[in-house]
Amino acid sequence: MLTRQERVPILPEEESEMKWRIVVNEDWCKGCGFCYTFCPREVLEKSDKFNTKGYYPPVATNIDRCVGCKLCEAICPDFAIHVEENAKSKKGEK
Amino acid sequence: MEKPILTGEMFTQGDIAAAEGALAAGCRFFAGYPITPATEIAERMAYRLPRIGGRYIQMEDEIASCTAVVGASYSGLKAMTATSGPGVSLMNETIGLAAMTEAPMVLVNVMRGGPSTGQPTEASQSDIMQAKWGSHGDYEIIALIPSSVQEMFDLTIRAFNLSEQYRVPTFVLADEIIGHMRERLIIPPEDELEIINRKKPTVPPEEYLPFKPETDLVPPMATFGEGYHFYATGLTHDQKGYPVMTDEAQLALVPRLCDKIRKNADKITQAESTETEDAEILLVAYGGEARTAMRAVKDARAEGMKIGLFRPISVWPFPKDQLKDAAANAQQVIVAELNYGQLVGEVERIIRNEVPVHFIPRVCGTPHTPDELMKEIRRRIK
Amino acid sequence: MTETSRISTIEEHPILEYIRRDRLPHIFCSACGIGTVLQSFATALRSLNYDMDNMVIISGIGCTGRASGYFAADSYHTTHGRAIAFATGVKVANPKLKPVVISGDGDLFAIGGNHFIHAARRNVDMLVLCVNNFNYGMTGGQMGPTTPVSAITVTSPDGNIEHPFNLVSVAAASGAVFVARWTALHARRLTKSIEKALQKKGFTFIEVVSPCPTLYDRYNRHGTGLEVMKKYREISVIRNFSDPMQAEIDYRTRIVCGEFVDSEKPEFSDLLEEHGKKLQKGD
Repeated sequence: MLTRQERVPILPEEESEMKWRIVVNEDWCKGCGFCYTFCPREVLEKSDKFNTKGYYPPVATNIDRCVGCKLCEAICPDFAIHVEENAKSKKGEK
Repeated sequence: MEKPILTGEMFTQGDIAAAEGALAAGCRFFAGYPITPATEIAERMAYRLPRIGGRYIQMEDEIASCTAVVGASYSGLKAMTATSGPGVSLMNETIGLAAMTEAPMVLVNVMRGGPSTGQPTEASQSDIMQAKWGSHGDYEIIALIPSSVQEMFDLTIRAFNLSEQYRVPTFVLADEIIGHMRERLIIPPEDELEIINRKKPTVPPEEYLPFKPETDLVPPMATFGEGYHFYATGLTHDQKGYPVMTDEAQLALVPRLCDKIRKNADKITQAESTETEDAEILLVAYGGEARTAMRAVKDARAEGMKIGLFRPISVWPFPKDQLKDAAANAQQVIVAELNYGQLVGEVERIIRNEVPVHFIPRVCGTPHTPDELMKEIRRRIK
Repeated sequence: MTETSRISTIEEHPILEYIRRDRLPHIFCSACGIGTVLQSFATALRSLNYDMDNMVIISGIGCTGRASGYFAADSYHTTHGRAIAFATGVKVANPKLKPVVISGDGDLFAIGGNHFIHAARRNVDMLVLCVNNFNYGMTGGQMGPTTPVSAITVTSPDGNIEHPFNLVSVAAASGAVFVARWTALHARRLTKSIEKALQKKGFTFIEVVSPCPTLYDRYNRHGTGLEVMKKYREISVIRNFSDPMQAEIDYRTRIVCGEFVDSEKPEFSDLLEEHGKKLQKGD
């Protein structure tokens, strides 16, 4: 089973005011490229680092452009990426 | 609503008795495809099941029928199908699946002459080995052979009981003689019937392992829709039901599928011995053929011949201890079957070379008359 | 801010509650569309908040045949082609259950073709989700009932000479009450169609055209799975409620997608129940 530590948000590294956060389970990614190819806002790019299986997972180099359409999440065949609302941006939350 | 159990007496045929036996056992699902000489079972079920809150469906072929029965069984109903040899040939795929996923189900095969389309309206006992070895791989089934209309009823109930108890496909192997013969059937009151239902899990869903056996080698069975959310597959699987392609998984599963029947055989096997205690000649016959064999034994006894009849009622597992007992004093064993040599091989295997085993075949649609049988016996033993 | 506190705010992938996590990662190849179909199906379950105690997920044999094993639901993996016959048994035995069959084109339309047309004819309540990748993947990429004419596979090494089925046309002609086709690229539209189909009572069918980058698309020099998906984007057109007979599926020219049929017809288990009730009253 996936531990919490294995699910790493690829960006932002720092606390962000961005509304959306993209979470990638790099070890489940098989590098198909669907997410970064079909992202309508060009938020994602292919990483230059490969995972334990030798695939190149995505990185969110333009997270500020993300509008939370979740196409990357819908199209990922490996349940390896999902988009969530950044807790920081939710009203009334710290 | 009509009564599921028609307690009382009726004059009826074996096929109808099988249908009534199934209903009395609690069967509430039938899927089938028309085939002579088993169609009357489907016809009876089509009439009776909807009237007692059960479900009948005529499928597009025998493969679908048998598969729907497994689906219904996993959905919690006692389920059956009825067919003849050509239908069993198609169902064998799913019989393997039912054996592998341990689905209780009953299959009545009213045997007709083969191979292939053969003699649809004539009697035969030539599917004995098909029942045992029909599907590929190592597995066990149970098969019971009735010799009367009453036994069609009784053994169909027992088939359901065994099938539920051991989670195994169970055959009622009737020949066309018994299927279409009419005689008196007595249906006892409900409280006199012994009915066995499958074991249910006693643990909560998160602890349930669908293929973890208990000491009797049989795992308790959850039903779809009960919240157990389990997975079953025809692939080799572990106790969770997940496919595992290792030697260990195959070793843990396949021997158990066989052993749950083999090691419980003493509780399953059933046979009838008549005048065998001092018998020097032991006649072995079953199903419709056993009826004329019985008459032949009585006639021969009247003439002073020391002959007895052994009638296996469960053919799979074969009642080998009972056969050895019956053959204790025999100097010769004679097997009469309505085929060209099937169960005789099993008898030879058990008797070994201790005494000669003769075989009287019959490859046409009627049983021997008692006279014919005696003539054949005399010819062989002289 | 420490690493731990940052990570602790991350939620789980939303569909994982419907998935047997101990079986992931799944067996499907990189860029295979089956995973996307599973993702869409799970997303539909989530958005409908589907009561999983009332669902049975069933599949046959093949790559897509492995689908049923990934869902945390009552699930069964039948022999080759028999998923629909099994589903019929489930539905008839317990009408409260909704069977969902997830299987491949070869399983459902070659060896299982007879069960498909008859379950559709009877209008047995179930969703049939067919991943069409134009070949038998699990066994190494042989031609099947959907392989296009002239396509190369290991059993049509010189080009396929058989005419393929148009699956949506077969489904519509057989009597399905809901018929749709999407490609793996149309993941969100597919999810919507699955939601719609799950809420209908009757035989519903959705075909999902999917890349098979390891076999079919490699033999036919279609490039990577990603390139196949790009091609889908280029050639697919959406024609809702157009005639499924005319729903072209040609990799060189056009793939017609959409919802072709959405109709009403009495459902089999309902009819059976009604029939039984009438007889039990002695009518």
